[in-house]
Amino acid sequence: MNILKEPWPWYVAGPLIGLAVPLLLIIGNKALGISSSLRHICAACIPGKIPFFHYDWKKESWNLVFVGGIMLGAIVTLLFLQNGEPVKLNPSTIAALQAAGVQEFDELMPGDIFNWGNAFNATGLIFFVAGGFMVGFGTRYANGCTSGHAIMGISTLQWPSMVATVCFMAGGFAMTNLILPHLMKWLLL
Amino acid sequence: MKNLKFLLVGMVFGIILVKSEVISWFRIQEMFRLESFHMYGVIGSAIATAMIGVLLIRRLKLRTLSGEEIVIPKKPFTKGNVIGGLIFGLGWAITGACPGPLFAQIGSGFTVVIITLLSAIAGTWVYGRFREKLPH
Repeated sequence: MNILKEPWPWYVAGPLIGLAVPLLLIIGNKALGISSSLRHICAACIPGKIPFFHYDWKKESWNLVFVGGIMLGAIVTLLFLQNGEPVKLNPSTIAALQAAGVQEFDELMPGDIFNWGNAFNATGLIFFVAGGFMVGFGTRYANGCTSGHAIMGISTLQWPSMVATVCFMAGGFAMTNLILPHLMKWLLL
Repeated sequence: MKNLKFLLVGMVFGIILVKSEVISWFRIQEMFRLESFHMYGVIGSAIATAMIGVLLIRRLKLRTLSGEEIVIPKKPFTKGNVIGGLIFGLGWAITGACPGPLFAQIGSGFTVVIITLLSAIAGTWVYGRFREKLPH
């Protein structure tokens, strides 16, 4: 059972992720897509008078159950399937992040950024509030995220999904290489 | 409980997301710094597998378990694919998470990501609120 506890290589994890597309189609005629769950949460909890949130979200409840499952799966992994070792990163990534002020490399996420101590300071404002807002606003404006566009959309040969995916990557490259190093030096050093 | 199967698929999906480390903020940094093939391998092989699966469904004219015809929704092009896509990309690199991994990061014990999730819900809401005023 040790294999389960080791990190899974890309050629195992990638195909398993891809299988979700035909599986969801066959078991329920559902298109893989996760960012829609955020819209359903708005429609269920805070629809206001906004037409975009007035639809029968209960028909899409499978999607909310699905993301609940993702969270449960992560808890199961945390409890039973972890080997407790740091992510085996490229040493140059570690060096660059250290130069920008990241100190903790022993978990999946840098503990010195992603902790409750930063909930109400500038670090949290950037990494949680601003970052999260861009993820939620951007994915809905783009009509999908990595799962709905990059995986579901491209695998069903839809060119708008290819355009969206190229833009996801362009935004990510710009943030990681041009903006984030300066932000981190300001916030973390 | 007709949604139970989606809970199970979601759980397996969540386990894979964590075990493949694609929910790791570090892995996202590594990907966008072009210092590892890992993320490209995961996404690329996921697309390839999904493509083969969809091809088989079409070729074999497979139906759903309950016998319905399988429908794949069209994704129409809008300017949002570009503008929204860029904004999401910027956020992806900061948070180290696209929407699926947000849920998995919380489940992995990084409970502060609840703030990120709430903010993502707020972002979705603001999009809905100002949708008519945005270029599409």
